[in-house]
Amino acid sequence: MNGKLNIAGKSYSSRLLVGTGKYKDFAETKTAIEASGAEIITIAIRRSNIGQNPNEPSLLEILPPSKYTLLPNTAGCYTAEDAVRTLRLARELLDGHSLVKLEVLGDPQSLYPNVIETIAAAKTLVAEGFQVMVYTSDDPIVAKQLEDIGCVAIMPLASLIGSGMGILNPWNLQLIMERVQVPVIVDAGVGTASDAAIAMELGCHGVLMNTAIAAAQNPVLMASAMKKGVEAGREAFLAGRMPKKLYSASPSSPTAGIITSTRS
Amino acid sequence: MITVIINGTARQFQHSISLASLVEEMGLTGKRIALERNGEIVPRSTFNAQQLSEGDKIEIVVAVGGG
Repeated sequence: MNGKLNIAGKSYSSRLLVGTGKYKDFAETKTAIEASGAEIITIAIRRSNIGQNPNEPSLLEILPPSKYTLLPNTAGCYTAEDAVRTLRLARELLDGHSLVKLEVLGDPQSLYPNVIETIAAAKTLVAEGFQVMVYTSDDPIVAKQLEDIGCVAIMPLASLIGSGMGILNPWNLQLIMERVQVPVIVDAGVGTASDAAIAMELGCHGVLMNTAIAAAQNPVLMASAMKKGVEAGREAFLAGRMPKKLYSASPSSPTAGIITSTRS
Repeated sequence: MITVIINGTARQFQHSISLASLVEEMGLTGKRIALERNGEIVPRSTFNAQQLSEGDKIEIVVAVGGG
């Protein structure tokens, strides 16, 4: 009940996972991520730019692996083959680090997951010893298949990546949580702190977000709000909400001893 | 003269050089990178021992911000 999030045998105090993209500069990235309290942060793997200024600091100097659990992703990959190649490179880049975020996208307009390619990539990666946290649709059957393959966390979308549309189908998230034993982490779609709280109140084990913080007017303040939203939602879930009583009110104050008018 | 493809762009070298020299020439020595040659990961510890060959396809990647 202490609220630790356990993923692949390691426990984390924060249930908020954040991305590192779309920030104005490295200073804002660093400050916002510190304000979020996140311990697990996603990174992308990209070709080094030929002619890049070699004196510029790199992302990993700002966010060192000694301080954060880095979660390399496969954002931008549309085939299982590209996703697997990207994560093999990530493992080499991070000295054998095996915890990764798999996402294989279906098309560039919706960024909706291609679950067929995702399942194929998950099988290969698990066989190669990766610990796979997997971005997927909110299909409970697919979620269960990904768990059976050996993924260490199931990360369904709540709405489209970067859309900020919030939790559009809480019922499917609950169906997933009823079926899988590994942590279920909402990945994509959160827009503001109440969205994060709703995900946690449903019983999700964590929330992963990037744009909701980076694209806020004040990213650092939003990072702090998200931290509180996740914590509030988790506590509310553990506390157990009152049952909803449709069409029947129940007064909060005593019904006896009310002064009454004595008009007759 | 040999031609290799580095991060999708063709480049020519007067003679074959080691992967370590390539990394140095690109200003990436000591940086956190990973290198793939013709689809296979090349461990950093072997950069000195491996020479570029005609037609090699090299990918050199770094970590960047992403969600």
